Amino acid sequence: MTALVLAELDDGEPADASLRSLSLARSLGDVSAVVFADAVPQDTLARYGVTDAYVIETSALDGYAPQAWARTLAGLAAETGATAVLAAGTDRGNEVLAHLGAITGLPMAANCTLVTPDEGRTHRLVRHRWAGLLLEDAVMEAPVALFTVATDSVAAVSAETPASIQVHVHKPELDQADLVVRAAESPAGAGGASLATARVVVGGGRGVGGPDGFAPLEELAGLLGGVVGVSRVVTSEGWRPHKQQVGQTGTKITPELYLACGISGAIQHIAGCAGAKHIIAINTDPGAPILAHADYAVVGDLHQVIPALVEALRARRTP
Amino acid sequence: MEILVCIKRVPTVGGKIAVTADGQEVDTRASGFSISPHEECAVEEAVQITERDGGSVSVLTLGPEAAIEQLRGALALGAHRAVLLETDGREFGPIATAAVIAAEVRAHPYDLVLLGNEAADTGDYQVGVRLAHELGWPVATGIKNLSVADGGVVARREYRGVEEAYSLPLPAVVTVKEGINLPRYPSLPGRLRAKRAPVDRSAPDWAAEGLRKQALRVPESSQHQAEVLGEGVDAVPLLVRVLEEWGVLS
Repeated sequence: MTALVLAELDDGEPADASLRSLSLARSLGDVSAVVFADAVPQDTLARYGVTDAYVIETSALDGYAPQAWARTLAGLAAETGATAVLAAGTDRGNEVLAHLGAITGLPMAANCTLVTPDEGRTHRLVRHRWAGLLLEDAVMEAPVALFTVATDSVAAVSAETPASIQVHVHKPELDQADLVVRAAESPAGAGGASLATARVVVGGGRGVGGPDGFAPLEELAGLLGGVVGVSRVVTSEGWRPHKQQVGQTGTKITPELYLACGISGAIQHIAGCAGAKHIIAINTDPGAPILAHADYAVVGDLHQVIPALVEALRARRTP
Repeated sequence: MEILVCIKRVPTVGGKIAVTADGQEVDTRASGFSISPHEECAVEEAVQITERDGGSVSVLTLGPEAAIEQLRGALALGAHRAVLLETDGREFGPIATAAVIAAEVRAHPYDLVLLGNEAADTGDYQVGVRLAHELGWPVATGIKNLSVADGGVVARREYRGVEEAYSLPLPAVVTVKEGINLPRYPSLPGRLRAKRAPVDRSAPDWAAEGLRKQALRVPESSQHQAEVLGEGVDAVPLLVRVLEEWGVLS
């Protein structure tokens, strides 16, 4: 059995979400990776157990084209006899696998946390519903299992022993129609992207009180080398731009530390921050739902606690 | 521009989510229902386009009869026509959902179909893409900015700090995300008009798919209680020590 994994790159190395997909893929058989780039991060892929890497050189596609990427995966899956094709549950991963599902007429399960081969052509799987607030146990019956891997649940773990890897340059067969929709890329303003990968996020909710209350949070985030995220009420009130929203309909974060300030913890918000390694809540209400998801809590007014914390961190820096 | 917006009725969840005893549904005894958030923004986007450039907005849902409440909600925001594809309560999978929406689109001359990027409840991330393939139309997903120009649309989103712009010829399918706009509150005249508006109804056949739900459950790890470090500024020294232990202070 062979699992074919779409590996997305971040500065030339596999993205964290793709390492998580590769880790899950090893439980399904031999692992092949598909990389849309001119250079392959060969060593990292080998460490994660990849035996065959297929390179799709950029000259073949000229940028991100979701349907063309899916057509390429469909061709490679047929050629290699893959029994599963998977990608990370990112915007691109879910989009490409949706196209692959449509091209092949096969079902596709988004944001899985566990996939186990069963008898015949079936796989048992667990997937996110409600952005991970609920889990669905499901059965997939299909000649090739198509799915994406939740970005905040499966751990990235390298193989016990690195694989010996072979790199193949692959030329996809594409229709003109596959290239109609293509991304024209340009640098975006700061915000959303750094939120998704930040090591520390300082979150502000209704308790911040208004658009003028975020300066202490920004200052704290700066001291901790992190960024500010906000709850849905903050963006729907127009206090902060939507790209700073942490939640089911905003950005999912996976920081080392999430400091949730004046955030009650509606489950739409929990869906976005549950992937944090540690959560601390600062809230005036000891009964706020966020406390059921936090490691520690400070019961108090963020307008007093945060300036005091900023002062303590500054004092610590200047002995 | 003739626009179809596909919406879904989902439970409104606040501080808690629970599953029914048989593990098949979300327990909605204590919750209301609303339009799935991305799709409410899709309705607003369509209404804004037709207010600017003319045309009309139809809104469609595949769901139980009770989903008429959400259709009327969309009419109150400014949609002109409502279509209910009525189910018997069974959940349609994404392949069947795309197929029945495609049948509606083939029967009417739409220029643009808008959907949410993913439904809040099932989170399948694929109905819009499958619909586009059924119709042979181009599709862009996860869109946060949409503009209409010269017989096409330009759809934009951000990915890993890079802005992606997609130019699509019409007709096209676009799936949007919350943040593309701030949906308006329905006006009183809008609500009154919505109450009286007719709803086109039909009942498509349910079909089995290769991906089958067995049961829903709440993840075990999500239930515990935080340890309180202290009250107010008195807790700050302990808070700093915890941050030191976790190695988040450089």
